[in-house]
Amino acid sequence: MTRFADFLRFISSAIFLAITSTHAQAQTPLSHEAMTERLQACISCHGKEGRTINQEYLPRIAGKPAGYLFNQLMSFRDGRRNNAVMTHLLQPLSDAYLREIATYFSELEIPYPSPDVAKATTEALKLGETLVLRGDPSRKLPACAACHGSPLTGVAPAIPGLLGLPTAYLSAQLGAWRAGQRHAQSPDCMGEMAKALSPQDVSAVTAWLSSQPVPSNSKPTASIAALGAPLPLRCGGVPQ
Amino acid sequence: MKRVLSILFGLTILAIAGLAVTLFREVDGSAIAAVDATKIAAAAEQIERGEYLARIGNCAGCHTARGGEPYAGGGAVDTPFGAVYASNLTPDASVGIGRWSSEAFYRAMHEGRSQDGHLLYPAFPYPHFSLTTREDTDAIFSFLVHRVKPVNRRNVEHALAFPYNNIYALAAWRFLYFKPSQFQPDTARSAQWNRGSYLVQGLAHCGACHSTRNLLGAPIAGHTYDGAMMPLNDWYAPSLTDQREASVADWPIEQIARWLKDGTSPSGAALGPMAEIVFQSTQHARDADLTAMSDYLKSLTVTAKNPSSVTSASVAINEAGKRVYKDRCASCHGDEGKGKSEDFPALAGNRTVTMANPTNLISLILKGGFAPATTGNPRPHGMPPFYHLLTDADIANVASYIRSSWGNAAPALTELDMVKYRNAVRTTR
Repeated sequence: MTRFADFLRFISSAIFLAITSTHAQAQTPLSHEAMTERLQACISCHGKEGRTINQEYLPRIAGKPAGYLFNQLMSFRDGRRNNAVMTHLLQPLSDAYLREIATYFSELEIPYPSPDVAKATTEALKLGETLVLRGDPSRKLPACAACHGSPLTGVAPAIPGLLGLPTAYLSAQLGAWRAGQRHAQSPDCMGEMAKALSPQDVSAVTAWLSSQPVPSNSKPTASIAALGAPLPLRCGGVPQ
Repeated sequence: MKRVLSILFGLTILAIAGLAVTLFREVDGSAIAAVDATKIAAAAEQIERGEYLARIGNCAGCHTARGGEPYAGGGAVDTPFGAVYASNLTPDASVGIGRWSSEAFYRAMHEGRSQDGHLLYPAFPYPHFSLTTREDTDAIFSFLVHRVKPVNRRNVEHALAFPYNNIYALAAWRFLYFKPSQFQPDTARSAQWNRGSYLVQGLAHCGACHSTRNLLGAPIAGHTYDGAMMPLNDWYAPSLTDQREASVADWPIEQIARWLKDGTSPSGAALGPMAEIVFQSTQHARDADLTAMSDYLKSLTVTAKNPSSVTSASVAINEAGKRVYKDRCASCHGDEGKGKSEDFPALAGNRTVTMANPTNLISLILKGGFAPATTGNPRPHGMPPFYHLLTDADIANVASYIRSSWGNAAPALTELDMVKYRNAVRTTR
C-alpha cells in the first residue's frame, strides 16, 4: 500500500512538474543550505524551517504541498492575494525561482505545535466538525474533507492542509475570500465555498479546525485519485 | 499716461487671447485616419526588433497590469496629482490600437497625442519617447499589432485631482514644458556613446525617475539625473551624477553593464523599483546596447564628488544601534560591516547606507527585498523585512549606527524621521 501511495505521489508530482515547467529553464537544484541562505527574507516571518514566528497569525508554510505554495507565491506576485510586503518581495522573482522556493518549504519536516484551545461554544464546535467532515447536503455544501482529504492534511500537489494553522489566520482567509480580497486561479473554488458560508459557519469551522491536533503522519494525501471520489468543485490552481 | 495704460491693457488682452487660441488649438488635435492595423505588412525582423525595443522601453511595466493580460493596460502610474491608468496597447479594434496606423503611433510617442487627437498625460513618458526614431516606433507598433493577443479590456479612467484633470491645464503644461524633439547625436562622441545616449534619454526613460521635477511634475533645466523621490515617497531614485549617490563615473564600463544585466555588482544589488526595472527590462538588453548605455551613464558630468576619507572619531557611537546591529544584521553583513560577498554586501562605504536621503535604507530595513532574478543571478538572495521585529527607535538607532561606523560618516536619523517611512510602507501597493 505504501508503495502504491509512493507511486501515486510520484505520478502526481510528475504531472504537476510537466504542467508547471513548460517555460522553466532547467536548473540544477541548489543544496538545502544554499537555499536557506537565500531565503532569509521568508524565514524572517515564516520562521526558521518555515515554522512561523507569530503563532497568532502568520501561517506555517513548512510541509505544505509544493504546488499549493507555488500557486500562492504566484498569486501574491500577480495580485490575486494582497499583502504589500509579500508582493514587494516577490516582484522581481522568476516563475522558475518561485517553484524552487515552494519546493524548499514543502520538503521541510518539523513537528507541529499543540493546537489552539477552542474558545467557541460546544454547539459551534459541533457545527464546525459537521461542516468540515460531512458538509451540509441540504445547502449543497461539500465537506472540507472532500477536497482537503479526510485527515485534513491536504492533497498533493496543490491542496493545502487545514490543521496546525492559527484561528485568526483561518478566519482572515475565509473572510478575505468572502470579501473578494483573496482569489485563487479561476475557477476560484475556495472563493465560491467561502461565499456559501455564513459568518457563523466561518467561526464554527475555524474554531474547530484550529483546535484539532495534527495527526502524526502530517503528510498530504498522495493524490486526488487517492481521495476515492472526484473533487466536488473545479479549481483553477489544482490539476484535476 | 492714460494712453500707455490702454496700450498695456490692449496688449494683455491680446496675449490672453493668443494663449487661449494656442491652448484651444493644442486641445483640438486632429484624428489620424483609422485603418486595420493588423493588415499592415511587417517583416519578421521588424516585429522582433519591436519586441526587443518594447522591452528596453519597459512598455509592459505599466501597460500590463499586475497579473493581467500582456499589454491590455490598467496598470496605475502613481503621480503626485493622482493615478494615471495605462491604456490598452493590444490590437483590439474597439479599445486597443487595432485601428491605429504607424503614423498615429509615432505621433503618440513623439507628440503625446492619441490617434483620435486627444492629448495624453505625460505619465506616459513621451517627453522621453519623443526622441525615438520613426523607424523604431514603427518596429514597436508592428510588434504590438502582430504579436500581442487582442484583449477587449476597456481603459480605466484616470483618477486625477482638480485642476490636473482639466484638459486645458494639460494643454498649458505642454505649452510651458513640452516640445517634440529629435535625437541630436554628438558628433564629437563615438557611435557607441551616441547609441547609449539615445536609449538612456529616450526609450529607457531613466530620467523619468532619476531627475528632479518641479511642483508641476516637469523636468527642471540643469537637474537632469540629479535624483528624485518616487511618487509614493517609499523609494528614492538616486542621483546618477552625484558620486555620494549612484554616479557610476568611476565604475568600469563592464561593471555598469553587468549591473544592468545581472542586477548585481561588488557594491550590492539592484533593489526596490530598480530591481523591477532590471527584471522586466534591462536584463533583456543586448550586450552591445548595455555597453552603450553604460558608456553614456559613465560619462554624465559629476556634480558632487566622493567625500575624501573621513574619520569616524567625530561621530558618537550609537550603543543602542550597535546592539540591534549585532542581533539582527551582523550574521549576514559581518561585525565590521564588511559583508561576505556580493550577496551580502558590505555596509562600510555603501552609498545606499550613507546617502543624505535615507529613504531607501529605511525602506530596505522595513520591507527587505530580493535582488532581481536574472540569467546571471537566477536565484537571488533576499534581505529580510524587519517592520514587524524592530520598533521605530530600533530602526533609527541601527540606521544611525551603520551610517556612522567603519568610516561611514552620515548624519544620524531620529525616531521622528521614521514616522513618514512607516506610512510610506503602509500605502505601498
